[in-house]
Amino acid sequence: MGVVIELRNVTYSYPLADKPAIKDVSLKVEEGKFYGVIGKNGSGKTTLCSIIRGFAPSFFKGELEGEVLLYGKPMSEYDQGELALHMGYVFQNPFNQISGVKETVFEEVAFGLENFGVPVEEIEERVMDIMKLTKIDHLAEQHPFELSGGQQQRLALASILVLEPDIMVIDEPTSQLDPEGTESVFEIISQLKKARKTVILVEHKVDLIAEYADEIFVLNDGELIKSGDKHDVLTDVSLLDHGVQLPQMAVLGHRLRKRGLNLDYIPITEKEAKDVIGRLIYREAQ
Amino acid sequence: MSYIKIRDVSFMYPNGVLAVENINLDIEKGENIAIIGQNGAGKTTTVKLLNGLLKPTKGAVMVGDMDTREYTTAQMSRVVGYVFQNPDDQIFHPTVISEVEFGPRILKFDEKKKDELVNYALEITGLKEYREENPYDLPHSIRKFVTIASIIAMDSQVMIFDEPTAGQDLVGIQRLSDILKEMLQKGKTLITITHDMEFVAENFDRVIVMANKKIIASGTAKEIFWNPEVLEEAMLKPPHVSRVCRELGLGSNIIRIDEAIEAIIAKT
Ligand SMILES: Nc1ncnc2c1ncn2[C@@H]1O[C@H](COP(=O)(O)OP(=O)(O)OP(=O)(O)O)[C@@H](O)[C@H]1O
Ligand SMILES: Nc1ncnc2c1ncn2[C@@H]1O[C@H](COP(=O)(O)OP(=O)(O)O)[C@@H](O)[C@H]1O
Ligand SMILES: [Mg+2]
Ligand SMILES: [Mg+2]
Repeated sequence: MGVVIELRNVTYSYPLADKPAIKDVSLKVEEGKFYGVIGKNGSGKTTLCSIIRGFAPSFFKGELEGEVLLYGKPMSEYDQGELALHMGYVFQNPFNQISGVKETVFEEVAFGLENFGVPVEEIEERVMDIMKLTKIDHLAEQHPFELSGGQQQRLALASILVLEPDIMVIDEPTSQLDPEGTESVFEIISQLKKARKTVILVEHKVDLIAEYADEIFVLNDGELIKSGDKHDVLTDVSLLDHGVQLPQMAVLGHRLRKRGLNLDYIPITEKEAKDVIGRLIYREAQ
Repeated sequence: MSYIKIRDVSFMYPNGVLAVENINLDIEKGENIAIIGQNGAGKTTTVKLLNGLLKPTKGAVMVGDMDTREYTTAQMSRVVGYVFQNPDDQIFHPTVISEVEFGPRILKFDEKKKDELVNYALEITGLKEYREENPYDLPHSIRKFVTIASIIAMDSQVMIFDEPTAGQDLVGIQRLSDILKEMLQKGKTLITITHDMEFVAENFDRVIVMANKKIIASGTAKEIFWNPEVLEEAMLKPPHVSRVCRELGLGSNIIRIDEAIEAIIAKT
């Protein structure tokens, strides 16, 4: 699969910062894959997103060493309009996303499409579809600032999804969502793969990352300390030393092994846990 | 008589949205309660009614012998501290220390008591090194602890935490858990809104479930997480271990990893 984004030995420092927020990170992002970015607070997840989206250094200033390539071309050679067409970015705090100039949820979702000059009839249809998908259609006429926290977060996601960018960088989109809403966001995001969209998602909810992502990047103090297949990464107990939680099923698996049970493998999802623990119980019953 | 009483309370926002409808709830001093439920269910509205940020449009809310309708929000907040869901709605000082000192200063605590409380609050929330920083230069997860410290420093009897677990990492979650335990030991009454079901299973005696403007259930975490009707109505999911244990037919009330491990070992 084609590489859409590549970082080569990227080190980045915010202005006036005494140490870099991202240190010597090299990585490749392939088209149509779903990447989960995990790491403790302050490890550099949001900064990595800003670099990938091209906000750092162009907007935040600061100093970037190394190379950032989008479709093989240096990020610095794209203008902001072009970047916005290729990439959508959902901010960590939904308040930063909401434009503040629109009176209703519907208009807010339509805002970006208007800016892109999409015809009115098409806007209406796309906005309605996305509002249904993100379950905010009943709020269409409400003011964006008169929503519950979770409703605002859904709105922030909807206003980016509606633009259908090829690459989506999404920073903790479910932090205020209820469990069902969280699961549906992951469901929506993983559906994007069918349209060959590439997703880079920051999340603390490792249980859902385990279920839906393809590959994982683990950051710690600005360094990429581990990356690759989710199964390899999310069963690695050394993540705990770096302040990263393992999926609950992996914790269960490791603790059962410690208690002497002979698990065939360490599960990371409920399905795997049922399989591997089920086999154990079945063997015992024989 | 319960310490906090919510009686037939409804609340409608000025824009006409009915957010809470005819709810009743009793809370005793020293309880440690979680409120869970879908986005928009009315959780934040309910707790804002407790500290007088919102006044019921119908019914009454009593805290001790105070009817919230008869007191200003400032007066209520001496008794009921509320940590906002969005820290940016709460913070308005240029440094962490001035933000955390604001409450005890307004309450006119003497210098010694104020300093003790402020230092204690900064210590327990892990903010000592950030004293002189501007809260807006801190990441969201730490800013949330600034708002928590501000409430702890006011030493109110009731403390309400609105989604403190949102966006927290492993260390942050552990810290929250420690704070709850310590406040409970001090005899505080604690109410926490959260969407983290594992956190609920590990940390609370009583769980209140809201759905569609109403309180639909109240019980222990075990009772709630093993009540399929309640879970369905509130569209909630029990902790992952509960689901796995249920499908493997291992006991009917497992909500924590420790319990799951014992149940699995007993079968093998
Ligand atoms: N400031 C406001 N003005 C008008 N309506 C509001 C306001 N805040 C919330 N609402 C509406 O009131 C209802 C209840 O909102 P509330 O904030 O209490 O929900 P919640 O249970 O805390 O949800 P969440 O989990 O998303 O924080 C929702 O329908 C919401 O749209
Ligand atoms: N706008 C900014 N200006 C200066 N420093 C920043 C800024 N944003 C983040 N940082 C610093 O960069 C580091 C990484 O932060 P961040 O990328 O936000 O981490 P995460 O998203 O993993 O919590 C931290 O040390 C943080 O304090
Ligand atoms: Mg971040
Ligand atoms: Mg809320």
